[in-house]
Amino acid sequence: MLGYILKRLLYAVPVTLAVSIICFSLVQLAPGDPLTVVLPADASQEIVDQTRARYGLDKPLPTQYLLWLSNVLQGDLGTSIASGRSVSSEIGHAIGYTLSVAVLACLLALVAGLALGLVAGYTMGSPMDKIASATAISGVSVPHYWLGIVLVVFFSVKLGWFPAMGAGRSGQSLGDALSFMILPVLTMAAMPAGIITRSVRALVAEKLGQEFVTALRAKGMTSPHIFAHVVKNAAPTALAVIGVQMGYLMAGSILVETVFAWPGTGLLLNNAILTRDIPLLQGTILVLALIFVALNLIVDILQPLFDPRIQRA
Amino acid sequence: MNTPLLSAKDLTVQFRTPKGPITAVNGIDLTLERGEVLGIIGESGSGKSVTMRALLRILPEAKTEIAGDLKLDGKDVLSLKGHDLAAYRGGDVSMVFQEPATALDPVFTIGTQISETVRRHRKVSRKDAQARALEMLELVRIPSPASRLGNYPHEMSGGMRQRAMIALALAAGPKLLLADEPTTALDATVQIQVILLLRELQREMGMATIFVTHDVGVAAEISDRIAVMYAGRIVETGTAAEVLKNPKHPYTQGLLSSTVQGAVPGTPIKAIPGMPPDLAQMPPGCAFAPRCPLATSACQAAVPDLRAQGGERRVACVRLEEIA
Repeated sequence: MLGYILKRLLYAVPVTLAVSIICFSLVQLAPGDPLTVVLPADASQEIVDQTRARYGLDKPLPTQYLLWLSNVLQGDLGTSIASGRSVSSEIGHAIGYTLSVAVLACLLALVAGLALGLVAGYTMGSPMDKIASATAISGVSVPHYWLGIVLVVFFSVKLGWFPAMGAGRSGQSLGDALSFMILPVLTMAAMPAGIITRSVRALVAEKLGQEFVTALRAKGMTSPHIFAHVVKNAAPTALAVIGVQMGYLMAGSILVETVFAWPGTGLLLNNAILTRDIPLLQGTILVLALIFVALNLIVDILQPLFDPRIQRA
Repeated sequence: MNTPLLSAKDLTVQFRTPKGPITAVNGIDLTLERGEVLGIIGESGSGKSVTMRALLRILPEAKTEIAGDLKLDGKDVLSLKGHDLAAYRGGDVSMVFQEPATALDPVFTIGTQISETVRRHRKVSRKDAQARALEMLELVRIPSPASRLGNYPHEMSGGMRQRAMIALALAAGPKLLLADEPTTALDATVQIQVILLLRELQREMGMATIFVTHDVGVAAEISDRIAVMYAGRIVETGTAAEVLKNPKHPYTQGLLSSTVQGAVPGTPIKAIPGMPPDLAQMPPGCAFAPRCPLATSACQAAVPDLRAQGGERRVACVRLEEIA
């Protein structure tokens, strides 16, 4: 088991490096010059060149990458061009907001997705299955920024139950803080809940159709026992689906955070894109990508606990 | 005279399909004494496996209709429900499946799979159930059984898995063992070992056994009595010696001469021409008539009855007297 974990950790290293290269180069590919944002339009060529040199933007790209990487490895993500604050403090501030809604949305998506998926898979073809599947498909196909706006119109504007945007003041009570989160959480959970439902439904139905389930009935096992066997068999694949969905949620949603003016990493990215704030953009994407890699690593490590064949492969 | 352990009368199994019902088993009678071994032989699709699954009541209930009369040791099997049914499955009757690779749960150890069966049918502690599992692995002659308890199915060879499957099926001490082509998925050399093991265990433990196979040689090796199935019906039955040495039904004759054992050296093996009938579109009379070299118009008039031929022997062929 330890060897397996070490192997998975080693595999994560090249993935992470590749991610850092992609983060760095994608941003460079985007058109536009970050200096146009910080400098006045009539700045002299001399000042433009000086500023360019100060941010290291005059060096060739590979050199820029290596400089950036060595700084990143020392924990320095650079300085935001737009705000002048360090990128790590910007991210550190935003990521707490993103994680708080993401974790709640994950839990909601997980509970709803597992419950609906299990019911649908067990009752394939029944009215229960049709209701659960229809709910799941709506969750997957409704655009979430649109869902966010509809929720705001209904619950904030018409009913006045929850605030429409923002995260409230600092020092507010937990109840108040939660009331700001409810609509973003609902909006963010809809799609992963639908995807988890669909996957779990298909998985459960597939496992129930396998010969070992007939063999379990043949040796006198009753439904609760068979359920436990089916769950353990379905768990590795379900974990992989859930891990990816959690990754998407943790990485924040630019659209949802923008709709709700939620001060998380999504909004940060949105602003960084609008202001061509390259260091902030690179740093944020890198951190989010690393969270994604870490979640997948956790899934890889958990899977063999359910299926011993995975460790062998 | 004692009542038989198993008696099935006019057992019929129908599957409900969108295109209408399909009769997979068509009014068969079976009786089995305690400790007796019945071999059921026939081609794929003849209803052998469905019969076995009907006996154990593991066909999907929503899609199947089982009719007739089925008694095991006085118990009315077709009326069993809920916990009585669960206690019957694996407790009174258990099954060795054709493919141990798919019939064993891939993510539980062999030890867990055997001991959960023991605990399902006997009020014993986890530890005692583990001890019973170990005892069962020893019984089926698995080498180093103690360490094998912790193995997953994928860590075992095919023959070893089938031994584990047999251990599992016997763990709760059933009165009747159903073996559904238990050697078909195995290598030839392993097949023989598993057959010999089953025969030995059957004699040691004395449970009645129904052994389904399409391999006449295997059936000859293990059976006291043989029933030949074709298109959901029994066409010939009798003691193993009678049926195999002196087959009377044209289908049994064809089946025997189409095997390697039945062939005369130097001559080609005689295959039965044609295909078994589509169960959804059964011919009106004898189901074998369209393939039978001896068929006449009388064969298509009505389904022939199984007629007693002295002793255990019964044959379902209208032309029996003329062709014998």
